Amino acid sequence: MNERTEITVSVNGLSYTRRIEPRMLLTDFLRHELGLTGTHVGCEHGVCGACTVLLDGRSARSCLMLAVQTDGADIETVEGQGTVENLGRIQQAFRDHHGLQCGFCTPGFVMTIADMLRHHNLDNDEEIREALSGNICRCTGYEHIVNAVRELAKERGALK
Amino acid sequence: MSAFDSSSVEMRPKMVGQRIKRTEDPRLLAGVGRYVDDISPQGTLHVAIRRSDQPHARIRGIHVGEAFTVPGVVAIFDATDIEGDFKPAVPTSKMKNYYATPIWPLARGKVRYVGEPVVAVVAESRYAAEDALEHISIDYEPLPFAIRQIDAVADDAPLLHEEAGSNVIISREFKRGDVDKAIAEAPVTVKGVFRMTRKTAVAMENRSYLAEWDKRRLALTLHSSTNIPGVIRDVLSSCFDLPGNRMRVVAPDVGGSFGGKGSLYSEEMLVCVLARKLGKPIKYITDRLEDLSSTSQAFDELMDVELAVDRDGKLLGLRADVIGDIGAYSIYPWTGALEPVQVVSFLPGPYRLEHYRGRIRGVLTPKPPTGPYRGVGRPSSTFAMERLIDMAARKIGMDPVEMRRRNLITADEFPYRTASGIIWDKSAFQECLQGACDHVDYPALVRERDKARKEGRWVGIGLSSYAELTGIGSRISVAPGMPINTGTETSSIRIDATGAITAAFGISSHGQGLETTLAQVIADELGCKMEDVEVQHGDSALVPMSTGTFASRSAVLGGGAATLASRVVKTKVLKAAAYLMNQPVEELEAAGGIIRSRASNVSMTFKEVANAVYSQMGSIPHEQREDLVASETYDPYLGTACSSTHLAMVEIDPETYGVTVRRYVVAEDCGRIINPMIVDGQVQGAVAQGIGAALLEEIVYDDQGQFVTASLADYLVPVATNVPQIGIVHIEADLPNNIGGFRGMGEGGTIGAPAAIANAVSDALSPLGIEVDTLPVTPERIFRMIEAARVKSTAD
Repeated sequence: MNERTEITVSVNGLSYTRRIEPRMLLTDFLRHELGLTGTHVGCEHGVCGACTVLLDGRSARSCLMLAVQTDGADIETVEGQGTVENLGRIQQAFRDHHGLQCGFCTPGFVMTIADMLRHHNLDNDEEIREALSGNICRCTGYEHIVNAVRELAKERGALK
Repeated sequence: MSAFDSSSVEMRPKMVGQRIKRTEDPRLLAGVGRYVDDISPQGTLHVAIRRSDQPHARIRGIHVGEAFTVPGVVAIFDATDIEGDFKPAVPTSKMKNYYATPIWPLARGKVRYVGEPVVAVVAESRYAAEDALEHISIDYEPLPFAIRQIDAVADDAPLLHEEAGSNVIISREFKRGDVDKAIAEAPVTVKGVFRMTRKTAVAMENRSYLAEWDKRRLALTLHSSTNIPGVIRDVLSSCFDLPGNRMRVVAPDVGGSFGGKGSLYSEEMLVCVLARKLGKPIKYITDRLEDLSSTSQAFDELMDVELAVDRDGKLLGLRADVIGDIGAYSIYPWTGALEPVQVVSFLPGPYRLEHYRGRIRGVLTPKPPTGPYRGVGRPSSTFAMERLIDMAARKIGMDPVEMRRRNLITADEFPYRTASGIIWDKSAFQECLQGACDHVDYPALVRERDKARKEGRWVGIGLSSYAELTGIGSRISVAPGMPINTGTETSSIRIDATGAITAAFGISSHGQGLETTLAQVIADELGCKMEDVEVQHGDSALVPMSTGTFASRSAVLGGGAATLASRVVKTKVLKAAAYLMNQPVEELEAAGGIIRSRASNVSMTFKEVANAVYSQMGSIPHEQREDLVASETYDPYLGTACSSTHLAMVEIDPETYGVTVRRYVVAEDCGRIINPMIVDGQVQGAVAQGIGAALLEEIVYDDQGQFVTASLADYLVPVATNVPQIGIVHIEADLPNNIGGFRGMGEGGTIGAPAAIANAVSDALSPLGIEVDTLPVTPERIFRMIEAARVKSTAD
């Protein structure tokens, strides 16, 4: 159990090599090994979506993965989307539309939406709500998040 | 000094009332928010807790077995190891007929609910601490218990706290007139036993704590995901016999509370005990299972109520016998009376009603304590009362809107004293009802429902009207008889030598956006730029006495205190500027960070004035010079009434019995709006929670006292597809008599939504004679009600 394994991952474009316990969750690896605390832990059973990251371009629940599974993978977290001084486009849309209150679920939503915008049509509110339905937000009632995504989808245009 | 700028000061738009984007957003969006678990001082040790798997049992022995062989384990504690390191917290109250159960960090001698903390393992990592838990065994002697409140109130029920002498630790009665006579003589009565089942807050951030012991100063700092850091500081100061300057409680970014983080927790005491004992930073983060099974829970009253009306729909009398299931302990500081007492005090609602009697008994059961939850008491009381109104309307053949119109207090009746003693003052009771109906074109909606019904669809419309007290001052306690002051709020504002403005408060924002809204108020009142203001909150060290953010108080009390302090600082700024600009002070005005004179074309910036006051010796004669600071406390004394009507249209799927909310509108009077964007967000979020309470959310303990809904796959909260778009109608009636004219509005949605949806579902099923009495009205409950109705109609 305590035999450590070496893994190398790319997170937001930077390469990290660490020796870790095979049982270490990806959330704990990102948060505590790499200090990337933007990825949040909400339920540790894959329901709430707060821990969502992109793994090789697709959204994944980092609480349901072991860090060793990601050896060689390309991971994107909310920190890769923008900074306080230069918010990314999804982050800016959330701010414009008041799509967050306490902010705890927000990184998971931002990363889910990053995936959805790349892969889903999001033609109407029904599709947008369906796309968001794997993430729980307890503060907003979702409407402002839907408004943000509607704007982002419109801006993106039809998927090719 | 700079030359005159031709733009008029008066033309500058006020910040209050604008959809200002939130100051707190960039850090939260960029993933650099700072929640408790994001703080990791060097050498932090981690705690894992073994919790009771028994609802009621004596602890015969605790065996650590091989736990210490796990690499990284530092120490293991049970209650006996820390006895004498602190004093327990006691949720006292001046209330009669109340017994206060003390709060300890770990169970002593007995356990009283599944999930109660018993043993704490401290290790170098959470992984190691959890490994060690596996080795610990606890020898319990099971004791008899009554898990349901209806059994726990019985005289011969097994006692949870023997010292209390009874499971009933609270009883109270509100009474006016002669309700028995009113009911006996009434032409029409309706009654039922209503129940909002137990809920839990499910803040997305689980409860999280980090305590540090400063060996130099002999001081404790607790970082806590609390929304009442000031209250926690004060009680821990007493538990640990540490003065307030050596006991500090900081709530950094907090991931939601909804009431669940608004009480003292055993684990907060525990990490402080261990940090002081071990001299190390101690972190404890609950996981979701622990959060669901040990965070304070909500509601859970059995409300036996009866309403008498006449044939014109006039309310004649209301009686209520309520048994509140308060769980295993009375919570600090609110006590177990908070929720059930508010149910009976708010039950008469926003209506004219002469004869009333409301009785409650608060009973101990082996479940987690109930505590504050968004709306407190009023979601349950509104559910019961609004159901009765609709049942009565149906019985006399009156439209439910008309029934409410005839009974809602009218403008000329304010201030109106309710039958339970609450005073409603000017608020848009009638206008909200009308506003909701206008928004949906109520007559057209009724036609749409009737048409759908003819097609055999189960479509229904439901309303709920309610009022709540918000921004409560020192005249009344937020909870009855409790020993803390919730009626004041302090704002401490300073302009420093660089011209930067810092405003410190006792409030503790955890999603409400108070860093933004309070800065809006300050910008207007002080005449500075909003972006020059930093609002500080969530730290007991900021102001002398603070409580936190709860009970829809922070905009009203914080906004009032901010206004008072801003005005004092502004007076000082203008006095200094008058001297520096050689202008009469009454000719000066400040806006947007610039001070101008009406009498000449000179102006100065706040920064220039600050620099002169602080850094240029002699620029102001020493006997006239004063720091640009003020600390002011605001006490609105009374509370303000916030009123609202919700209207919902639902449809029930005849195959799955699932309920879909098709239309939803909220018309509400929250006074002067500081930031409409934030207000809308609060309404939408609270309504979503209310929809959860109405349709999905239910904490279940089985007959063995075991916790059944122990994951988010079992305890369902609304996701994006469960919540409709919500229409919001803001009605600004006469402003309340407090500074700023603000009313509190963060809780309303959870109060109105359960009742509106219950009424809509009942309306949809009214052809079958079904009246909803229990929430959530899940597909299973609908199935059972329909089956029962069919059996009954066959038997008839």
